[in-house]
Amino acid sequence: MATKVFMEALSPTMEEGRLVSWLKQEGDAVKPGDVLAEVETDKAVMELAARGEGVLRKQLVAAGTTAAVGTLVGIIAGASEDIAALLGGGAAAAPAPSPAAAAPAPAATSPATPPAAPSVPVTPAAPSAPAGRVVASPLARRLAGDVGVDLGALHGSGPGGRIVKRDIEAAIAAGVASAPTSAGGATAAPRAAVPARTGAGFRDEPLTQIRKTIARRLSESIGPIPTFYLTAEFDLSRAAEMRAAAAELGDAYKFSFNDLILKATATALTKHPEVNAHWLGDKIRYFDAVHLGMAVATDDGLIVPVIFDANAKGMGAISAEAKTLAKKARERKLKPEEFTGSTFSVSNLGMMQIDQFTAIINPPEVGILAVGAIEDKVEVAPDGGFIVRKKLRVTMSCDHRVIDGAVGAAFLQTLRRLVENPLLLSL
Amino acid sequence: MPIITYREALNQALREEMARDDRVFLMGEEVAVYNGAYKVSKGLLEEFGEMRVVDTPITELGFAGVGVGAAMVGLRPVVEFMTWNFALLAIDQVVNAAAKMLYMSGGQYPMPMVFRGPNGAALQLSAQHSQAFESWLAHIPGLKVVTPGTPYDAKGLLKAAIRDDNPVIVLEGEMLYNTKGEVPDEDYIVPIGVADLKREGDHCSIITNGKMALVAMQAADQLAKDGIRVDVVDLRTVRPMDVDAITTSVRKTNRAVVLEEGWEIAGIGAQVVDYVQRHCFDDLDAPVLRVHQADVPMPYAKQLEKSAKPDVAKTIAAVRKVMYLD
Repeated sequence: MATKVFMEALSPTMEEGRLVSWLKQEGDAVKPGDVLAEVETDKAVMELAARGEGVLRKQLVAAGTTAAVGTLVGIIAGASEDIAALLGGGAAAAPAPSPAAAAPAPAATSPATPPAAPSVPVTPAAPSAPAGRVVASPLARRLAGDVGVDLGALHGSGPGGRIVKRDIEAAIAAGVASAPTSAGGATAAPRAAVPARTGAGFRDEPLTQIRKTIARRLSESIGPIPTFYLTAEFDLSRAAEMRAAAAELGDAYKFSFNDLILKATATALTKHPEVNAHWLGDKIRYFDAVHLGMAVATDDGLIVPVIFDANAKGMGAISAEAKTLAKKARERKLKPEEFTGSTFSVSNLGMMQIDQFTAIINPPEVGILAVGAIEDKVEVAPDGGFIVRKKLRVTMSCDHRVIDGAVGAAFLQTLRRLVENPLLLSL
Repeated sequence: MPIITYREALNQALREEMARDDRVFLMGEEVAVYNGAYKVSKGLLEEFGEMRVVDTPITELGFAGVGVGAAMVGLRPVVEFMTWNFALLAIDQVVNAAAKMLYMSGGQYPMPMVFRGPNGAALQLSAQHSQAFESWLAHIPGLKVVTPGTPYDAKGLLKAAIRDDNPVIVLEGEMLYNTKGEVPDEDYIVPIGVADLKREGDHCSIITNGKMALVAMQAADQLAKDGIRVDVVDLRTVRPMDVDAITTSVRKTNRAVVLEEGWEIAGIGAQVVDYVQRHCFDDLDAPVLRVHQADVPMPYAKQLEKSAKPDVAKTIAAVRKVMYLD
């Protein structure tokens, strides 16, 4: 019995994946669970496993090719089994990414849902994720596919935001699409499949999966979220003393200022549950536990792994976990469940000598804390002389739909008290 | 070309076919001496005599059965029901005898007969006498069902029905009998199973049949004033249905409204929508909407009856909705 191998949704927001390499070649025997190929999702390089037993008879997309979720990429069958019908019937076998199938899923609105791969292969007939799909008329999908318009980038003018024919026509008029294809209606070539060097002093680079996801998610954020910003400067003198004292106790007790900020934030969030929330459109979800996202820069781009139940963890545990997660992120080894489900995030650019900045909220979260660099600043001492103090500027971005100004300010007050009096964190 | 009424067009069809083939005869309540309740058979008794224009008792099941028997022995009966509401009494002969005779006799008994009469609502005839039965009859394998909406189609389809070797249901409209249109004097037929594109436009398809073709044309006129151009596809025959005509139009316009006289549930429009979704899925820019009678027995009160019926305003509203204008 033959088994079709589909491009599977290997991360909760994955819409297409690049088949990095085939680990099984045509003719290799495979059994369920064997890793067939490596697939680069929007977040990480993942393994595509066999769901049937037999021989990998066909590789339908070449290594390096990007394919929409649901695309037929291979066939597993008996060594002499006739698979002609499967090949003929696999209308979605064309490796060209189909914009029609591009269905950007919004951030997982329910962190409790394990972002596991679907239990059955997604069929070409239903290529998009069941939740958060792009709503478009069938005609609009077909037209978008014909002319190479990315449906995910359009706003629908139909009921409920449905993308309809006139929206595609408007996009074409606005020059969003690549050139329409010939009258034959063949699928448009994906835009610039290889980096194109020109003599014009610029270089075109195709978007990586992670860059696409960053672009989409962050523009989703800045657009509809009425954000305001609160900045505060904390005195780190006591924190510095405590840090030095801890280091003297031995390596096991060392912590960074960032660890301290993470721990203090988690603790402050338990005292201000109204900030530890998700905006879900028709309701606000307040969380009992703090799942703290920490933005990590990687060579490929930003990713936000999560320290789960950070409120219940001590400084040592948070420090160790932050280190592990950052390492895994840089090595692209994070599993989907390790970067989904945060309830509040912290972004730190202090190590890059940024004095202060504003971070963009990662929806459906409602707040993010941007941490700047620690600086020595001269201050007027109580006796009229001058003293030098370690200072840190943080800026909190608040979704005003959920957090009012005074609520955000109260949270920062608590955070200030904790950071400036770190002893409180251990009491 | 002469302009005559729908009633006269049917009369011409009967006269021409009775003259052409002496196996054709007409029977029903008041068809002979009284010239028919709606005067469709005017003058036929005089011309063809009482052997071929036969008044029956008020016994729908009985004379429908006589018609089936006559067809079995080689005649070509045209059975008139004073209205299709009364034909409910004869439905066993239509569904169990006429529709299945050829099949169950292993091909021994062709059934070259016509059941005809007015169908659907007129004005204030109340719940029992205002019903559109297209979907009941179109449901039955073995029957053909035609629903002419104009005098031209009425003559051409009735002549085709009489010449057909299968039982054909001709659903006329009481409110259509006085409508006028161009009808050629000469012999012609409108083939069964072929729709007619009554008006051409590229914005939306209105797919309809029977009396509602008139409503669709009126709606199209009003929509044109707002610059909306619609295709009006008059199915003319609801079984077998002209799927090509439906899909050709919808592929052009990408939007469809299905307008029918009867009720929503399991109506003719449901079948049309099925063909559209199956064959035109990738061509649709909007869900297909239906316009039909309210899901209630027809009210007697004038204003309630008016609001229960499908009409021009409801059709226009549906067209604007599938075009995302409202």
